[in-house]
Amino acid sequence: MKYLEEYRNPLLAKALLDRIAAAANRVGRPVTIMEVCGSHTQAIGRYGIRKLLPPGIRLISGPGCPVCVTSASDVDKALWLACREGLIFTTFGDMMRVPGTGGASLQRLRASGADVRVVSSALDCIALAEKEPKREVVFMGIGFETTAPTVASMVRTSRRKGIGNLSVFSVHKIVPPALRLLIRDPEIKLDGFLCPGHVSIMLGSAAYAFLPEAGKAAIIAGFEPVDIIEGVWLLLEQLGKGVPEVVIQYSRVVRPEGNPRAMAVMEEVFETRDAQWRGLGTIPESGLSLRAAYAQFDAERRFAVPGIQAEDNPGCSCGTVLRGVMDPEECPLFRRLCTPANPVGPCMVSSEGSCAAHYRYG
Amino acid sequence: MCIAFPGKILSIAENGLAIVDIGGIRREVCLDLLAEEVRTGDYVISHAGYAIQRIDEAVAREDLELLREILDDEVP
Repeated sequence: MKYLEEYRNPLLAKALLDRIAAAANRVGRPVTIMEVCGSHTQAIGRYGIRKLLPPGIRLISGPGCPVCVTSASDVDKALWLACREGLIFTTFGDMMRVPGTGGASLQRLRASGADVRVVSSALDCIALAEKEPKREVVFMGIGFETTAPTVASMVRTSRRKGIGNLSVFSVHKIVPPALRLLIRDPEIKLDGFLCPGHVSIMLGSAAYAFLPEAGKAAIIAGFEPVDIIEGVWLLLEQLGKGVPEVVIQYSRVVRPEGNPRAMAVMEEVFETRDAQWRGLGTIPESGLSLRAAYAQFDAERRFAVPGIQAEDNPGCSCGTVLRGVMDPEECPLFRRLCTPANPVGPCMVSSEGSCAAHYRYG
Repeated sequence: MCIAFPGKILSIAENGLAIVDIGGIRREVCLDLLAEEVRTGDYVISHAGYAIQRIDEAVAREDLELLREILDDEVP
């Protein structure tokens, strides 16, 4: 077992697609499924899964790309921090090209001399802060429940080691409040959700109980083609039976109880606050900020980051795309003014963004 | 961004870091977030420098077996 090739078996995919066709017939009406996670969007594009499904079974992308849903105001705050004299600003790579107000980005700031560095793990920042004890190191904490516990663990380790020059600018968000908002939106008509597999490793399945209560099917799916196709099949079976529930397809890693240790670490360091999502507006208790007990690691407190009135590019439709109301191709900028090489909005910047996936894979 | 990779634990150090073989590349990952005990030879799924869950081999085999039954039904 390598846990990859097994789930890329084309014969298995073909057999499941036949099951999907039969289940779709039984359902007998068009079905719209939202894949919440950006990694699902990318995998669905890469493996051409959308085109393998019967007509009438529509997969639309949701707000599950953390870079894409980061508000322009939070991008501007990151840029403000990265400009501080002597400061080292660290971030995951996806964030580098996301435009803030007026098209500024971390990448452009770096080109003009700011010390902006890409890291692949929050842990890298500890080594950096130890190596540069006279400089302030700020890490941009971005991501959902999959990532926030890793940053929380790093903060705990920093405190234990007595590191005094490292802090986190947290734009972390949690997934369930956004899904609650989407199922109440009359513009968005969804039959079910492919729930984010790696977020669900942490959360477990009970966190989505409100979806079946609202009549929505919910499958927690993995990221290989057989996982996703099996997830769609299980979802259609649920719709056929008319009994929505939360089912774990990705059971080799997702347990019903989630990962209680990781969630406890996250909850020790972070507390929820209202957060602004690009496209969805402000969602109560959907963001994570550092608790008072960890105030010294909170970059917003440490540097008194000001509130910034940001401006989205007026032509950009990312907000509507993120809610699943508009397909990327329907945006007037798509492929004309907005391309991966020259992105106008965040959905074209991140490889997990709906627009970038549509651009690359059609 | 929530991308995570399966890999096999090659060794575990006393400081809670492990060396994991992820697709033929050796990477150091932190075990701090795992709720379940792991040993050398176990598979874990890793994200951003952290192992976030042990892969349950028994469950994985059982699921694949069920899927293969679907495949067997298919082939005449």
